This record gives sequence, structure tokens and C-alpha cells, in this order.
Amino acid sequence: MTEIETRDVLAVNALSVAFADRDAPTAPPRTVVDGVDFHLGHGRVLALVGESGSGKSVTAMSVLGLLPANARVEGSIRLEGRELVGADAATVRAVRGGRIGTIFQEPMSAFNPVLTLGAQIAEAIVTHHPRLRRREVRARSLELLESVGIAEPLRIARSHPHELSGGQLQRSMIAMAISSDPIALIADEPTTALDVTVQAGILDLIRSLRDDRGTAVLLITHDMGVVADLADDVVVMRSGHVEERESSPALFAAPQAGYTRELLRAVPRLGETAARLRSSEPLPAELSAAAEVRAARIEYGGGWGRPAVVAVESATFAIRPGRTLGLVGESGSGKSTLGRAFAGLVPVRSGEVLVGGIDLARASRRELRELRSAIGYVFQDPASSLDPRWTVGDAIAEPLRLGSDKTPRERRARVLELLDAVRLSESHLERFPHELSGGQRQRVAIARAIALHPSLLIADEPTSALDVSVQARVLDLLADLQREFGFACLFVSHDLAVVQELAHEVAVMRAGRIVELGPTERVLSAPDSPYTRRLLAAAPVADPAQQAARRRAWRGLAAEADPAAGDGDAA
Amino acid sequence: MSTTATTIDLEAVPARKTGARAALRKLLRDRAAAASAVTILLFVLAAACAPWLTGITGQDPYAYHVDLLDGSGVPLGFGGGVSATHWFGVEPLTGRDLFSIVVYGARTSLLIGVAATAVSVVIGVVVGITTGFVGGWYDRIASRGVDVLFGFPVLVFLIALTTIAPSWLPRPLFIVLIIGLFGWPGISRIVRAQVLVLRERSFVAASTAMGAPARHVMAAHVLPNVSATIIVVSTILVPGMIGVEAALSFLGVGVVPPTPSWGRTLGDAIGWVQTDPLYLVFPGLALFIITLAFNVFGDGLRDALDPRGGRR
Amino acid sequence: MRMLRFAGVRVLGAIVVLLLITVLTYAVFYLLPANPAQLSCGRPCTPENLRRAAEFMGTDLPWWQQLLEFLRGIVLGRDFGSGAAAVHCAAPCFGYSFQQNASVTELILSRFPVTASIAIGAAVLWLVTGVAGGVASGMRPGSVVDRGVMMVSIAGVSAPVYLVGLLAILLFGFVLRWLPTGGYIPFATDPVQWFAHLLLPWCTLAFTTAAVYARLTRGQMIETLGEDYIRTARAKGLRESRVVVRHGLRNAILPVVTVFGLDLGTLLGGTVIVERVFSMQGLGALLVTGVSVVDLQLVVGFTLFSAFLIIVSNVVIDVVNGVVDPRAKATA
Repeated sequence: MTEIETRDVLAVNALSVAFADRDAPTAPPRTVVDGVDFHLGHGRVLALVGESGSGKSVTAMSVLGLLPANARVEGSIRLEGRELVGADAATVRAVRGGRIGTIFQEPMSAFNPVLTLGAQIAEAIVTHHPRLRRREVRARSLELLESVGIAEPLRIARSHPHELSGGQLQRSMIAMAISSDPIALIADEPTTALDVTVQAGILDLIRSLRDDRGTAVLLITHDMGVVADLADDVVVMRSGHVEERESSPALFAAPQAGYTRELLRAVPRLGETAARLRSSEPLPAELSAAAEVRAARIEYGGGWGRPAVVAVESATFAIRPGRTLGLVGESGSGKSTLGRAFAGLVPVRSGEVLVGGIDLARASRRELRELRSAIGYVFQDPASSLDPRWTVGDAIAEPLRLGSDKTPRERRARVLELLDAVRLSESHLERFPHELSGGQRQRVAIARAIALHPSLLIADEPTSALDVSVQARVLDLLADLQREFGFACLFVSHDLAVVQELAHEVAVMRAGRIVELGPTERVLSAPDSPYTRRLLAAAPVADPAQQAARRRAWRGLAAEADPAAGDGDAA
Repeated sequence: MSTTATTIDLEAVPARKTGARAALRKLLRDRAAAASAVTILLFVLAAACAPWLTGITGQDPYAYHVDLLDGSGVPLGFGGGVSATHWFGVEPLTGRDLFSIVVYGARTSLLIGVAATAVSVVIGVVVGITTGFVGGWYDRIASRGVDVLFGFPVLVFLIALTTIAPSWLPRPLFIVLIIGLFGWPGISRIVRAQVLVLRERSFVAASTAMGAPARHVMAAHVLPNVSATIIVVSTILVPGMIGVEAALSFLGVGVVPPTPSWGRTLGDAIGWVQTDPLYLVFPGLALFIITLAFNVFGDGLRDALDPRGGRR
Repeated sequence: MRMLRFAGVRVLGAIVVLLLITVLTYAVFYLLPANPAQLSCGRPCTPENLRRAAEFMGTDLPWWQQLLEFLRGIVLGRDFGSGAAAVHCAAPCFGYSFQQNASVTELILSRFPVTASIAIGAAVLWLVTGVAGGVASGMRPGSVVDRGVMMVSIAGVSAPVYLVGLLAILLFGFVLRWLPTGGYIPFATDPVQWFAHLLLPWCTLAFTTAAVYARLTRGQMIETLGEDYIRTARAKGLRESRVVVRHGLRNAILPVVTVFGLDLGTLLGGTVIVERVFSMQGLGALLVTGVSVVDLQLVVGFTLFSAFLIIVSNVVIDVVNGVVDPRAKATA
């Protein structure tokens, strides 16, 4: 026991966190973390994994004492043998940024917008080394920025956060976190807000901190791929409890807890051959496309001497009835813009967008209205895709009221039919969106989208805001509905693994252009474009052994693409 | 905490306490807000029943009682002539009943305040929703105009405008119109800001994608979602409008005699501060209390409708 | 370079706005009324003044010539009338008061020190107390300090300026006899008396507006302290005081500065009332006198002058904001 304690950097025992209700101080506090134990060893990466509401972030923040004032923490958190629960303010401050560095999820909002990055990093150094001279602090800041793979440390140090990309900011955040050579790092979803190619670089950087400096890392994540890539040990959490505690290879090889098995099963895997969800009945060859785009160009802004920003250029592809085309790309690639163009939400500058053979850009007002009832649209964020003041029934009936001349009685019958189709019950009819879970809301949005029997369904990242287990069920539903109703589907996503499950064809977009288009199997197994290859290699899979091989492949590709490897995410 | 913001799919999510009924319950629990509501009601009642109230002592705000004044025009007796027939005393120089003036003044203040608010809210909401929703050049030009108007020395303009008041328009109506026409930029800015946020919400895009005309989207999705804000801002606008009318009357350019107005009485009170301080206190308190009541009620309303609170 | 461009765009925009306001104001005051000469001649309106006003203003000319003449006066100055009776009105000429036989610009300049003394002192006082109160209560919402500040401030928001002023005169002037009850002594004449006469007007004007700023600052402070970068600052191990001041206040103050720019107009309106309460002969008194004797030239000139003043100040504040907030330039 003593031996373990000396090797442990961080020991958490019987940790419980409860929040008092501010509005009702007499009510019993709500427990969100209940009796959590784990030990973080020197030079190890321990992943706290769980879906939303599992208490993983609260656990991590309690180590730093960064919980809101109404939180009550019980149990023991020991850093290098010293107790942190109930420690005085000076001790806690010395730990924060001194012994433990922290990396947060949203690099864009985690930096103070009105100060330069250099000033913010210098502040962290000065706090823990008050006697350093100004010049020394500056030199140290630049050195740190360089050590995290920033190519132009001087320029970055002089920049304000809004002038930099997510990857640059997250690297700077890491530089700040390691400024006092901490013994441990807390990384709270460090790559969730980043694109996969950027994510791969950041994960590599964190790994090198562990290997070169012996820094222990407490990694908080919901992504099993990230866990497989980086973690040595894993703690699986669910609603405040620890479900399973195991070394990473053992956990992925033979998960013990039922919940872990369920979680791993729900993760879509890249490269696994059989696509579970795609319909594979052959289509008659002569069947014409349900939706098509030809040489489309979409621009934003412009006018008054300012050049327009080209969002999409010379995009061409077609989707046949009953088939799904996966439109894949990173943020800013123009994939969502192209999706919106199919619904007539953004104008096309040149080229054609055809749905059912009619060009949206040239359609008359009446044609357009008819056309719109042939298009269903499912949006990304279930929290905002439903009007908070409309009941589920009203929301689903909206397209019926706008695009059909059904009587109220007929509408109600159709709404019930649709609720059934998306596996919701009549009891949901009178509920408001805030009384539904995210997955249920997305089901309602899908019901609304298919209400008028569309020939094209556009799904814009429909599951990216959902937990994996919920995501799996929503994807199942989409596939079932397609089989039943035979609509063509444009599935916009950043996640290759999800696209692989659902899409018959894949189009890969980068910087407004389609760089690769073809059948899913071919594109994902033998991509032509080097960008697709990098994208594929960067996506982590939930298997440590496989992921280690993929990582080596990714490094080779990244070095090839960009000599200043790692900083391949210029603003 | 994390981007994944959901629980397991078919699990029931407990109903959060929102909606009009919950807001009302919360409002009633807020003691300050409830007291303010009662105060506002009392003032409205007093204004509505002004002839009956002043009839109790047989007074009206127009009759002179010079017999109650000393040689220099100061009311005789304690506290500016407070008595069983003149509850608040009488006006210096004329001897008119101060209680009647205050009660009838409530009519002037409330009517002008509410009417001017209505004018401002209608203009402000229409401009705010259309600029926020339509965007483009219309928004850029209109919003720039709103910004300019918002930063204007409005009181100076209002004072100046009274010089060209047309004689065929009743003075109170003229005051309502000019106050209302200059009072809407604030509400327009707030509504526009909310609409800009709403416009980015997917349900608005969804409705457009379903083929809904802009009119429908604004009326069915945008307006209901800004209604809470509109109610709160209107509540807080009323005392502001009452204050502007009183300020104009205080400076002698607002409501003209003999129509009773708290502001004008306060303006007249400048010369009597030393000799008859209570002449200032009664209408001043009335103005202060109704303004305070509206402000506290508005605050309570905002807290009840927006659980995050503390925002402007 | 970017800063220069930003400032240039703002100045250009302001010039366009000024031109528009001038035309609008001119239209409202000189074209809407049936007989602007009648309104310009003052009250009592002597036939002599009326004749001069009509002749000088050229009311028989087409409206666009009158407007051009008016605009020319602002930029280059103009002559009213012709021959021996002509009076010159130097640029910037906002009009000519036939009642007082002086150009509006001269009249305004002669009164300006009084109003500036009131306005600047009050603004400093309200900014300091309002922001301080807002920070104190925003740091710990729900605490005793917060409740206290919020109670005082909602009373302040609700109290009309003139009521506060009159009560202050009653208490400090007549009952306690600590301070003079009104009037203005120029700084050059007697700095101590200048200060003594201004203290009550300052406090009166500042009290009501400071309340608004306390509420605004509190809201901003609460919002800012909930931002992600505040958590980052704490995670760096900074002292709470430094977190609050350097990361919280620094960001929370930006909207307050913007609102201050927008409140300059309110400030001017406030001084009109305060001058009346404390019988000071400043700009407000000039305006109210002008309105009561129906001196349209004076009223219009004054209105335009105040609009110009506000818009120019707003450009200054915009540019200052651009310096303080690096994000502002990006959206120019």
C-alpha cells in the first residue's frame, strides 16, 4: 500500500460531490458524483470516460477546487500525498497551474479575448515564479510555445485569441498548462471542439508530454477513440458512479461491466467491413437521380469592393432514390453550406441544384413551394431545432399545415402515424421540447422532416450533439425509415465512421471543393486523394492496438503533407 | 461541461418549470414584486376613481381657495394647510386642493405613460423584428438610424419640438406622440438582438426550409419567442415615459395648465422649497412610488421569466 | 493602419449622419410650421423683429435654397439680410437669435462652461460610484453588499432628478445650511465657491445615473465571471483579486463604456433639469428660455449643436473602444 502511495501522483478516494439548489436551499443537495475512487500514477494517462451526466468533468474540476460555490465535496483528493479537500486558498492556488496544469475543452472561449496569448502565458509563469525578470518570462513563454509545436512563437504570442485557429489556441493552452513543469495535467475534453486532423496532432503532443516529461495526465473524454489512442488506464463512469476500472488494453479486449460493453458496441468503427445499416438491394440502373448538384458555386458576402468568400466551388454529384450520400469534411469545408443549398436556404451563384429534376435556383415561387414539400431537413442541434413554445404535435404538424391541405383531423392522424414511425408514443404529443431528451427531440425533428413524404432528406450532422448510445439508435432509425419510405438522403457529417455505417456513396470536401467522390467501400478502403487518406488516418478507432498502427500511418502522412508537422492547422 | 448534452434516449426528462403559469407562481412568491403589483393597481384605481375620491371631501383640482393662504401666498396652518378637507394641504398662491391635484395628476401620468409606451413598443417591436430577421441593407441602414436616435439628447429634442406644437392637436396627445416617437430605439435594439439569436436557431431555418413565408416565420416563431422580453421591457418603459412627461411638465413645456400634472406641480414647487416643503413632497412621493413600483415589478417579471436573471 | 482605417470609417459615417440630421431638423422646424418667421421673432413679437426675421431668413425663397443657405452657414458662416442692416454670423453658424440680437453659436459658447462643469463632474462621479457599486455587488450576487447596493440603486433609478435635487436643496441648503442652494460661480472667480456651488448638482445628477450603471455593471460582472476564461485564470493559480480585476472587470467594463457613449445625450438632458432646479444659467436655461419665448432660431441651433456634440463624442468613444477591445476593429 505504501509503495502505491509514493508512486501515485493523484489519489482520489470516496469522492462525492453534491450541488445545493440555489432556488430551494432547504431541498436535499443533488449528488452528481458518488463515491469515486481512482489513482493516477506517475507518467501515466488515466482516462475518465462517460456520457453526459456521468460526473466526469465535475470529478476533474473538484481536484482543482474549481466547482461553483453551491457544491459540497466530500472524500479525499491527495496530490503527492497532500490532502486537497478542505485545503486553504494558498495551498490550492499553488497547486493550480503550479503542480497541476489544465487544458479545457473550448480553446476559443478559454482564453481572455482582450489579452494577447503572450500576456496570458506570462501571467501563468509570473504567478508561480514571481522573482523571474520580465525578459526571462518572455523568453520562457516563447520557448514554451515552441515546445508545443508552434512554428512562429513570436507572432502567436503577440496575437489575440480571435486571430488564431482552434488548433493553435489549444497548443498555446497546453504551453500555458506546462509553464511551471507540473507533475500532472488535467485535460477536460481537450480535442472535442477540434477537427480530427487537428485532434490527432494535439493527442500526439499530450502523449509526448507524458513520454518526455513524465507528466501524469487525467484525461476526461466521451470519445472511446481518444481513449484508445492515449490512455494507459481507464475509469468508466456513469451517473456519478465508477462502472469499471481497468488498464486500457484489457478494457478494450474484454470489457467487464455491462455498461462498458454496451458503450463500446454503440461506437461506430471505421474499417469494419459489414455496414450494418445500409440497405443493399440493387437499384434499377435507369432510375434517375432524386437530387443532383452540377458545378455549383456558392459565395458569401461581397459587394462594395469587398471580395466574396467562396464557400463551395464546382460541386457535382447525384443521389438516387433510396440511397444515402455521405458528405464529409472538416469545419469550414463548405459541407453544411452545400446541404443548406439543397433546401434552398442559401442561394447558388452559378451551376444547378436539382431536386426531382427541377432547378432550385430557377424555380418559380409556386414550383419552389411544391419542391420544398419534397425536401426534409434534419438539423444538427436538437436543442434548437424545435421551437421551445410549440408542442411536439404542433411541431410535427407544421409542414402539414404549410405544404398540404389536410383537415385538422387528418393532420392529427398523420402526426400520430409519424410519432409511431419514429418510435415515440402518443403521450409525447402534448409535450414541449424541454420535456424531451436530446435523442427524443431529434426523433421529433426527423418525424417533422418526413411528414410530407419527401424524396430527399437532408441530415446535417444529426447525431453529433448526441451521446454515442443515443447516436446509434438515431442512426438505426434513419436507416429503417429510408428502407420504408425510399427517400434519397444527403448525410452531412464530420465523422467518417458514422458515414460508413449509413452511406452508399461518400463525397469528401475540403476548402469548398469535393476532393473525392465514390462508393463508400472504395473511398474508405482505397482513397485516391491524399486528403482523404489523412482524414482517415487521423480518425481514432476504439481499439488500442489498431490505433497504435493507425497513429504511425498518420504521422507519416502528416509529415508528408506539411513539413512543419503538427502545426498543420493554420488559421 | 461537455458537448454531449443528452441523457439516455427514452428516459423521461422531468419537466422543467417554465411557461406562463410557473412564471406567475414565481412572481407571486417574490414579495417585492407582489407588493409592487398591488401598488400599481392602487394607483390605477385611484386614477380611475379620481372624481369619486375627491368627491369625499367635495374638492376638485381647479377651485381656488385664496382664503387658506397668508399674505405672501403660503398656505396657512400645519404642513401646507393639511386638514380634514384638504388631506395633502393646498397649493401655495392659489389654494387649490393638493390631494385632488395629485389624484388627477395620476390620471395624466398613467395615461400619457401607458399610451406613449404603447406607441414606442409597437414601433420598436416592428423595427426590431424586421431588422433582425430580414438583415441586409435594410438592417444596416435602419440599425444605424436606431443607434443614432438612441444616443440622442432626446430630452433636448422633445423640449425643442414643443415650440412647433400644432394648436389643433390636444397638448397631452402631442406629448404622447413625441415621447412615443422618440422612445422606441431602446426596445428595438433589445428585440433585434434577440431576433438575431433566434434567427440562428435551427427551428427558424427549418420553418423556412419547409416553405414557410417570412411573415409566417416572424409571426409564428419569432414573435412568440421574444414576447417575454417585450413584456418585461414594456413594464420598465412605462415609468420611463411617466418620468419624461413629468420632466417636460417640470420644465414648463409639457402638459399645460389647468390639466393637473405631478411634474408641473414639482416645477412650481421650486420657489416654495423653503417655505412650504410639503408642497413638493406629496406629488414627488407619488411620482417616486409609482416609478419604483413599475421598476421593481419589471425586475420581478424578468427574474420570473428568465431564470438566468441579471441581464439587461 | 487598421486603427486608422477603423477611425476613418467612423468619422465618415458620422459626417453622413450629421448631414442627415441637419436636413431632417431643418425640415421639421422650418418647413413644417406655417410661418417660421413668426416663430423665430420671439415673444413678445414686435413688428420690427418679425419684419427682420422674415427678410433675413428669406422665407420667400424656395425651400431648397433656404436649406442650402442654412447648410452653407454651418460650414462657412453667412450674412443675414443685406445692406446696412446686415449682420454677419460666423461659421459655424447655427442660426441668429433676433430676440437677443446675437448668433446662436455665441450664445451657446457663453453658456457652455456652466453646463460642462456640471456634466463632467457628474459623469466622473457617477462612473466611479456606479462601477464600484456594480463590481462590489456583482462579485457576490445575493450577498448583503449586493442586496444593499441593489436596493439603493433601484430607488435611484426610480427617483426623478428634480425630486432628488429639490430634496437635497431642502436638506443641505435650508435645513443644515451646509451648501448654497443654487447659482454658479466661475472657476476663475473663486475655485472654492465654484466647487461648493457644484457639489449638490453633481451629486443629484450622479445619484440617479450611478444607479443605472451599478445595475449594468453588476449584470456584466456576473456574466463575465461565468465565462470560460475566468475558470482558466483560476486554474492558472491566480489570486481571486487578480482574476476579478484583470480578467473580470477588464471585460465587463467594455459594454459599460459603450453605454456611457450612448448616455451622453441623457447627460445633456439631465443638466437641463439640474440647471433649472439649482437656478444656474447654463445651456439648459438658454434652451428653456428660448422655448418659452418661442425663439425658433435659438431652439433649432441649440438642438443641432447638441446633436453634433453627441455624435462627435460618440466617434471619440468608438475609437477609444477600438483601442481597448481588440475585437472591435475586426467588425468595423
